[in-house]
Amino acid sequence: MATKKFMYVNRRAPYGTIYAWEALEVVLIGAAFEQDVSLAFVDDGVFQLMKGQDTSGIDMKNFSPTYSALGDYEVTKIYVEKESLEERGLTLDDLQHLVWEDEDDDWAEKDSIRLVSRAELAEVFAGQDVMFNF
Amino acid sequence: MPIEVDGKVLETDEEGYLANINDWVPGVAEVMAKEDDLELTDEHWDIINFLRDYYEEYQIAPAVRVLTKAVGKKLGKEKGNSKYLYGLFPYGPGKQACRYAGLPKPTGCV
Repeated sequence: MATKKFMYVNRRAPYGTIYAWEALEVVLIGAAFEQDVSLAFVDDGVFQLMKGQDTSGIDMKNFSPTYSALGDYEVTKIYVEKESLEERGLTLDDLQHLVWEDEDDDWAEKDSIRLVSRAELAEVFAGQDVMFNF
Repeated sequence: MPIEVDGKVLETDEEGYLANINDWVPGVAEVMAKEDDLELTDEHWDIINFLRDYYEEYQIAPAVRVLTKAVGKKLGKEKGNSKYLYGLFPYGPGKQACRYAGLPKPTGCV
């Protein structure tokens, strides 16, 4: 089976709807099929990656630690849209530091998050075979 | 079917996974293993504890492929392969060991 490029686009805030968690589960399941997987976080989706999430007041599971497992699943391309961050008064420092370990480079830790402009992200989207919107 | 551990009755789902992860005590693994006619050794506990640590850190039960790789890295290459892990947990290291560890069934397992 030829490898296809899969892109999962996350556009919504992490809680309040089930989209963010469902998207993450689909990504983790899909990663088992050894495709070329990317994630993008745009609009309110950038909130999904924020540090220091606390869900104790809303009785929902805080699944933000799970994003750190993506590297183990060989998901190493996580695009964050620059304009979406700026529109919300956020910078990369407000987001979790996500890394993956390169087995072929003595397990060196490498950054997974790629900060891209809206125009750059559009080009990345254009190069995909399959897109999932959440 | 509920299981009884240390005199307490604990709810499980229809596949035997603990309904509430916070109910877990080491006795859960002992009771479940006994039902499977399996004697838990230190090697089993290494994997069970590894899974509990993984869940604590990432809030998910890892897929078998991820578990295998991570075990190899943490516990040594000779343990990071499916032959070793299936030797310990014949019903599947993901499913069986996660059940003993009180975790939900691994995401993506059917």
